[in-house]
Amino acid sequence: MKKLALLLVLLMVLPFAACGPAKTPAVQPTAAPAVKELTIMWAQWDPADYLQKVGQLYEQETGIKVTVIQEPWGSFYNRVAAEWAAHGTAFDMVVGDSQWLGQAATQGHYLELTDFLKSEGIDKTVTEATLKYYGEYPTGSGRYWAYPTEGDAVGWAYRKDLFENPEEKAAFKARYGYDLDVPKTWEQLYQIAEFFTRPDKGLYGVAIYTQKDYDGITMGFENVFFSWGADWKDPKTNEVKGWVNSPQAVEALEFYRKLYAFAPPGSSNDFFAECNNHFTAGEVAMAMNYFAFFPALSNPATNPHASVTGFFAVPAGPTGQRFAALGGQGLSINAYISPERQEAAKAFIRWFASEEIQRKWAEFGGYTCNKNVLASEAFLKAQPYNPAFADTMQVVKDFWNVPVYGQLLEVVQRELQAYVVGGQGTAKEVLDRIAEEHDSILRQAGLIK
Amino acid sequence: MAFWNKTPKTDGDPLLRPLPRRRQLSDRAILWLFIAPTLILLVAMNIFPLFYSLFLSFTDYSAISASPPVWVGLGNYQRVLSDKQLWTYFAITGRYALAAVGLETLLGFGLAMVLREKFHASGFITTLILVPMMLSPVVVGLFWKLIFNPQSGIFNYLLGFAAGQGPDWLRDPKLALWAVVIVDVWMWAPFVMLLCLSGLNAIPEYLYEAAVIDRASPWFQFWRITLPQVAPLLLIAVLFRTIEAFKAFDLVMGLTGGGPGDATELIAVNLYRIAFPPQFQTGLGSALAYIILVLIVAISNLYIRTLNQIRGEV
Repeated sequence: MKKLALLLVLLMVLPFAACGPAKTPAVQPTAAPAVKELTIMWAQWDPADYLQKVGQLYEQETGIKVTVIQEPWGSFYNRVAAEWAAHGTAFDMVVGDSQWLGQAATQGHYLELTDFLKSEGIDKTVTEATLKYYGEYPTGSGRYWAYPTEGDAVGWAYRKDLFENPEEKAAFKARYGYDLDVPKTWEQLYQIAEFFTRPDKGLYGVAIYTQKDYDGITMGFENVFFSWGADWKDPKTNEVKGWVNSPQAVEALEFYRKLYAFAPPGSSNDFFAECNNHFTAGEVAMAMNYFAFFPALSNPATNPHASVTGFFAVPAGPTGQRFAALGGQGLSINAYISPERQEAAKAFIRWFASEEIQRKWAEFGGYTCNKNVLASEAFLKAQPYNPAFADTMQVVKDFWNVPVYGQLLEVVQRELQAYVVGGQGTAKEVLDRIAEEHDSILRQAGLIK
Repeated sequence: MAFWNKTPKTDGDPLLRPLPRRRQLSDRAILWLFIAPTLILLVAMNIFPLFYSLFLSFTDYSAISASPPVWVGLGNYQRVLSDKQLWTYFAITGRYALAAVGLETLLGFGLAMVLREKFHASGFITTLILVPMMLSPVVVGLFWKLIFNPQSGIFNYLLGFAAGQGPDWLRDPKLALWAVVIVDVWMWAPFVMLLCLSGLNAIPEYLYEAAVIDRASPWFQFWRITLPQVAPLLLIAVLFRTIEAFKAFDLVMGLTGGGPGDATELIAVNLYRIAFPPQFQTGLGSALAYIILVLIVAISNLYIRTLNQIRGEV
């Protein structure tokens, strides 16, 4: 009974003791142990393996273990978003899509890196376009949230054996009046696609993005849209009417639909995997794709035409402008981890951004955004697609990256696919509808005053 | 302590000397112990999400946002019901459900009638016909994408077209929905067949014998014996397939991705786009989900009422 009474007293006293002022310990605790490991969240693909190799170098140098958590592409955004919602600390850094920037910055998921990148001079080491699209939000504000890590954009693969065949060259010259070569303009690309489209032989001109899911057809169309001088918005006011549906945009969309006529049958829902498949199957003379998927095309194990596969950067539009749709991601720090871990993450980025490590990153297979490495002879010669990549990274442009980008994207995907693949309506009608719906979404979100 | 019984009296019998006091669970307690895990699971996994999503449907909320749900009343329902685009998707879903379920019923019932008669290898053929419904819808979608390919697919070849000459089923907005219907019928007509077959096998033979004695024609036998006897099971099959048609998602995503344009954008596919990446409009998505739920419940009620009527007549 006494024991029970004692237990009851203890139970009653304990909560009060817990609420009382903290007692100063007799011995001050030693300083918190330094961060011994860092985790980076990324999608499951080859570049994440390359980043893991870079992480191993970091461990050798500092003793801090770096683990790259890889999540399949299909659930990558869901996993990161779930962590954001829970203010989770499952990862210290994330290599996130450029389109997430608005959401992550405005909702406080990313740590702002402006002062860090500027004070360390890191902002000067990468190309302007990559810093703008992978790191900056709002666009033009000079505020940065990510270090441009995996540069990527849309480029082209082509069959050198077809392009360099003397008979093909002669026939092409006879038909179009100029030499068959890598296209410098979209018009040339169109004519080459037309020339190689031979359904009776199972050969077609191009493989292009047409997929409705997520952002497939939008990313394909953007290459002509931007190169025709069109844009999604007025960069100063965010106004979309008169921009999205400008005459240049209409012309660009009509062109993309015309180009689709030279795609192989069954190309109604194609994205990166399907475009590579058409190319490796020998069905097309040229294929559009992100550079990140070109290693598979230069590998004889995955492409029987690897030895005769060449690569080129996006051609120019009617006025000479040249833009490629942006892929790739930037490295951001999770705002919910402790200040100590944030500092450790910054130390990693500082080390990773150095030219020496960026050179190693490129050697492993990562697509660096470092200016000097991109321009170096060693990089340009390392892979057959690297010269086109270095060229492309100077002319990249992206879709909206505001928090409502998902709603904007859904409209574009639906309308473009209906017109390009389904042949419904006219380019003007389609773009007018997109402009109308974008205007409504942006006004509701307070992004147009 | 209500769950614990007292030790029973022994009335001084040495053989019934009380054992050391042991607490015993009452029957009611045992009953609760068995039921509790299931109930807890049911509440946690079904009931709570059901009511929480109902609450979310009245809020402006994104599952990936750090902001809490903001009450907007009927705002989301108003948005859904006044969105012309969503009504288009409802209409597409309705057309799809009507065509797919109608054809599945006809084909499934027809197959069951054929397989009802025992012939050489009929069991093997029945098993073979059932294979499609055992496959994953996404795999089926991707597989049929190849079959529909106008250049290399077998579908146009079977229709008598030379390679590259036939229609591009997945590219033509007028054909794309029919392509999805064809695949759905291929996959699920066996399910209707299975239910019908069990219904047909359960019909007592003496009914037909009596009909033959009365010199009833085969059509009369079918119309007055076979169909009424199978109708309850057939209607259950139709009910299941209709509900599934309104929920159809994976097959469409694998086959067409909802395109071209919105030709195959079924309401469940669009619900996914609203509620999950890239939009993550959880509140709006919940409202749309509840509207679909109400619609399915209403249709199911119609079926069940008809089913009860038929049962009353049979």
